[in-house]
Amino acid sequence: MSEQRIPLPFHQAAPIALEDGQLRRNLANVTSSIRSKRAAVTGELPDWEALRDAGEAIKDHTLKNLGHYLQRFEERFTEAGGTVHWARDAQEANEIVRSLVKATGATSVVKAKSMTTDEIGLNDALAEDGVVAIETDLAELIVQLAGEPSSHILVPAIHKNRAEIRSLFIDAFGLDPEALRDDPHELAGAARRFLRERFLDARVGISGANFAVAESGTLCVVESEGNGRMCTTLPETLISVVGIEKVVPRWQDLEVFLQLLPRSSTAERMNPYTSFWTGAHAGDGPQEVHVVLLDAGRSTTLRDDVGRATLRCIRCSACLNVCPIYERVGGHAYGSTYPGPIGAILNPQLRGAKQDHELPYASTLCGACFEVCPVKIDIPTILVEMRRRSVQAERSDRSPRLPSGIDVALRTAAAMFASPSRYEAGQRLARIGQAPFVRKGVLRNLPGPLAGWSDARDLRAIPNQAFRDWWRARAPSSEGKEGDDAE
Amino acid sequence: MPRASLFVPCYIDTLFPEAGIAMVTVLERVGVELDFPSAQTCCGQMHINTGYSDDVAHLVRHFLTVFESSETVVAPSASCVATVRHMYPEMARWSGDAGLIDAVAAVTPRVREFSEYLVDDLGITDVGASFPHSVVYHPACHASRLLGVGDRPLALLRNVAGIRLKDMPRADSCCGFGGTFAVKNAEISTAMLADKVADVLHANAEVVVAADNSCLMHIAGGLQRQRTAIRTLHLAEVLASQEGARA
Repeated sequence: MSEQRIPLPFHQAAPIALEDGQLRRNLANVTSSIRSKRAAVTGELPDWEALRDAGEAIKDHTLKNLGHYLQRFEERFTEAGGTVHWARDAQEANEIVRSLVKATGATSVVKAKSMTTDEIGLNDALAEDGVVAIETDLAELIVQLAGEPSSHILVPAIHKNRAEIRSLFIDAFGLDPEALRDDPHELAGAARRFLRERFLDARVGISGANFAVAESGTLCVVESEGNGRMCTTLPETLISVVGIEKVVPRWQDLEVFLQLLPRSSTAERMNPYTSFWTGAHAGDGPQEVHVVLLDAGRSTTLRDDVGRATLRCIRCSACLNVCPIYERVGGHAYGSTYPGPIGAILNPQLRGAKQDHELPYASTLCGACFEVCPVKIDIPTILVEMRRRSVQAERSDRSPRLPSGIDVALRTAAAMFASPSRYEAGQRLARIGQAPFVRKGVLRNLPGPLAGWSDARDLRAIPNQAFRDWWRARAPSSEGKEGDDAE
Repeated sequence: MPRASLFVPCYIDTLFPEAGIAMVTVLERVGVELDFPSAQTCCGQMHINTGYSDDVAHLVRHFLTVFESSETVVAPSASCVATVRHMYPEMARWSGDAGLIDAVAAVTPRVREFSEYLVDDLGITDVGASFPHSVVYHPACHASRLLGVGDRPLALLRNVAGIRLKDMPRADSCCGFGGTFAVKNAEISTAMLADKVADVLHANAEVVVAADNSCLMHIAGGLQRQRTAIRTLHLAEVLASQEGARA
């Protein structure tokens, strides 16, 4: 996966984000409002849990038989007059799109909101050929003008306020500052006028897809603004970049996903625009219709249960909105197109960059993400497995990134807990060792990694009598049922 | 007479023995015959959740051996019970070791969280406690989401004489502890704790109660650092209390 820039690792980016008051307030407002709306529109369906089960089952079945369904999709899409391209990685996908755009002679393209093209860094790749990619989703346009990556899967400009957007528009659209107030309607109007001209001029449209239906060779995009539909219908050439995990077997399966997705993501019963297209049709819409099916780590990820479960994701962003970590640091800290809990399990598997090893630790394992996931991805359990893999990767790395204090402490503790006598010796040692840090019965200014605790929290000193000491003193006769000391 | 083996997790044994003692008080009061297999050490939760599960396979086997012959195992920690009941089977599955999978399947379903044991297994919601104070209940994430203990602790608290239960805004949001998260991502953890402390203050109760000392240790750490004078108590300590009860 190529990124536009090399972001800071999470442990450096998160504290910076925490100090951004504007970001914290916007995030808290948006996430809390969308949480309660989501709870309402999912709670009103008597069969919501059955829909989640169905979503999980359909995705599981498809991912276990992905080769079969991809081939069927390719056959149908081709029969309908479209062209299928296969891309092993981001670079191949970008090269395919660049050559297709080059063949049209276009110097600009209009883009429907697409995470997959973000993932592969397509805009930067097109820029190398002097091709300007214009994001037409309003929020994507705002972050593009600001020269920033998205900070939320669904609300990419969640970190921006009206005043910032106004000044971006004035500069980018060459507007008279007197003629534009920071009123949402005026701002939307300015963007609409700018985008209309781009749509009418555009010869190439680029999109992703939420679903690819194998039995009919149909692509589907779900959106709110209608700008995506402009991109997929007005230009002569349409190129869609689609991850191979987006396939569903049957048209009928959309019955499940078109309920799960809008209710989980925007907390709407139905999203305003759902576009489908199947190949090319003379005199109607784009005449050159391409799809680039992207692997980029997906087929490797599919090899085990954990990876298959991860790839069920339909990019709804419900897990972001309920995550207490995401709520406080936003999306940029994750350094990827895919932030939040899903990003913390997806990036290490798809991308596997060194700095992705710490993303699985950006969670308290509170489980709020699993509770809302429309395809029931057990994110907390997968986070634990990702952490195990991070530790393994760090151990085989010459320059480990995990704080070594924690590593040493955990290894020592693992040996200590191996037998009750060593454990009890450890308890005695801890009582003695804590003495320099105890003030009035409270542990203060703890050393090493524990300083992270004592900087902001008190901790009562370790008492002299453990539970087991109390039990022994109280009931010496009731110890008949002991296990053997393993030493 | 019901019998149960006590599983007193290492951090409760060492740091919060009063929670284990309170559990013994309550269970004996309702007539459970208890034993404490003293070979027990640690379930490995902190290691497993930090990615060190490969380093504590011996702790999983040790736990299974220690509690092999117990009819029922009861523990005053939702997160340690969740580790045993949820993570042990996952680890066994990941290891592919058929013997371990069987041993885990034989022992772990018998491991019960304190409030589950009282309400589901013994059918008791009134343990004859008395606690004339205002209390706010923190539904610890592992208790509520991973174990699904639901309102069992609240059912027990509602039957405590003299208690005044208060509501807290955003009660189900995480306090920010998360084990080693509190030191690995200390800044975010502290930001989450600050919000939880504000919500606790808003509830205007004397005591915060939870089914786990880990969250309580964290919340208490914030409440004490800010000198709020609000106490934290394990659910078992409130249920053990007979303060102000007629003799």
